[in-house]
Amino acid sequence: MSMNIAEKILAAKSGKKHVEPGELVIADIDLVLANDITAPIAIKEFRASGATKVWDRTKVALVPDHFTPNKDIKSAEQAKLLRDFAHEQKLTHYYDQGEVGIEHALLPEQGVVVPGDLVIGADSHTCTYGALGAFATGVGSTDAAFGMMTGKAWFKVPETIKFVYKGKLNKWVSSKDLILYTIGDIGVDGALYKVMEFTGPVIDKLSMDARLTMSNMAIEAGGKAGLINPDETTLEYVKGRAEHKWKVFTSDKDAKYEKVIEYDCSKIEPIVSCPSLPENTKPVSKLGKIAVDQSVIGSCTNGRMEDLRIAAKILKGKKVNSRVRCLIFPGTKEIYLQALKEGLIELFVKSGAIFSMPTCGPCLGGHMGILAKGEVAVSTTNRNFVGRMGSTESSVYLASPAVAAASAILGRIGTPEDLKK
Amino acid sequence: MLLKGKVWKFGNDIDTDLIIPARYLNTSDPAELAKHCMEDADKTWAGKVQKGDIITAGKNFGCGSSREHAPVAIKAAGVSCVIAKDFARIFYRNSFNIGLPIFESEEASAKIAQEDVVEIDADKGVIRNITKNETYKVKPIPPFMQELVEAGGLIAYGKTKYKIK
Repeated sequence: MSMNIAEKILAAKSGKKHVEPGELVIADIDLVLANDITAPIAIKEFRASGATKVWDRTKVALVPDHFTPNKDIKSAEQAKLLRDFAHEQKLTHYYDQGEVGIEHALLPEQGVVVPGDLVIGADSHTCTYGALGAFATGVGSTDAAFGMMTGKAWFKVPETIKFVYKGKLNKWVSSKDLILYTIGDIGVDGALYKVMEFTGPVIDKLSMDARLTMSNMAIEAGGKAGLINPDETTLEYVKGRAEHKWKVFTSDKDAKYEKVIEYDCSKIEPIVSCPSLPENTKPVSKLGKIAVDQSVIGSCTNGRMEDLRIAAKILKGKKVNSRVRCLIFPGTKEIYLQALKEGLIELFVKSGAIFSMPTCGPCLGGHMGILAKGEVAVSTTNRNFVGRMGSTESSVYLASPAVAAASAILGRIGTPEDLKK
Repeated sequence: MLLKGKVWKFGNDIDTDLIIPARYLNTSDPAELAKHCMEDADKTWAGKVQKGDIITAGKNFGCGSSREHAPVAIKAAGVSCVIAKDFARIFYRNSFNIGLPIFESEEASAKIAQEDVVEIDADKGVIRNITKNETYKVKPIPPFMQELVEAGGLIAYGKTKYKIK
């Protein structure tokens, strides 16, 4: 009986030969993760249950990345709760001091998640790891606590929508544009409870960094996971960094899908998501003049090396508009170091941008770049909900690193082509 | 389980940032979270909501973040249950896990108005709109979710099924 990649992983991890959408399985997980916002509740639930030891100290990852470096006393207390728990349980995947990175940039980079894994994370963007061919999905703190106690999670086997990306990518169109376009097409609940499987010749050619960006935003369409079948690019990426053995699962040719959606990518232009839902997409060319106060380049969506290189290519020898705060934050320490080696940090600072340490800070209006009433940001992050980056009367336009960097120079939303005009 | 209360009506795609803005997530204290519940949708709501009140909404309620603080804040604000056309996946799981009753009903979501008084018979799966004298059907809860509820939540269920260290 044929299965798609999501069904194959869920079947394998629940000890079954075959699973069907709608079926309920209790599966063995390979990793459970939580951050400084979600772990405190999970730890509280864990303790309240009477449990004293996590099921496997090598398979619980705690990444305090949201309000760190601690933004205030309350955040410091929360971070301390994680630190104490991690030390008490002797967790091997706790990241502190200079080791911390944005969780969904950090864990794939460090080879903690590999193809074929089943991962739950108390963070909605856990779906990022689907790019590696791992079934990874966001859960709440109680589900994470259950995972920490038992090494298990329950799943309703979801239906899968297959997306096929064909055609030639236009200049400055990145995987961020593809995923925004997709969300604009199907809506913020277009994949509710379902898996999004990204396929086609365009996906085959994407780098790992670019694929991680696409899978990252599956949740913005309501998706349970955003999967890409592992190929040479995937294996090239995991070789040398994988912490444990991987297993390649791929969809059968005759696998069943809830539906198949095809896109001709040659029709896709650089795009933004207008306030205040990711589905409100518009090509930059049809946007009109939108002045910006802040340009944010980074996050679990677009804080990887490839993103920084694109931003650097555009900012090189140029100045950030005097009315714009351009904040660039790398995903991890490794990315930070690589940017340092390549001279990107000097380039950014000379251009007038602000280069920060890895943190989720501004993406969720936490700290390190909050918007005032009436202010507008163009951002490579993943959500533009009301008040997401600050005041409820501020607004956020989601965009690719190329558009965010060009907009920082222009002082309005535009593409690198507009810099030539 | 019988729940009765006055309705606060919200729209489609109510996201978790509206339910509890991230700037308040430096605590997980339910009472503290309740003070800011729905703040970015309606600044005065947390001061107006009464114990037992009911939230109704359109599609995709609770979309966005995985923060369990969202259903926790709603529950701690005194809300007895949430009725929506449908719920975002993680919010749906979280609500069951923390014991916030939620009900899916397209009909109820469309027909119930602000300040209507409604009564929900969870066992029979029926919502009665006392103000309008109408009844609506609730989409049945999947059997496994029912099992979780009966066990007293996910953690209690886990303790009965698995050996905990």
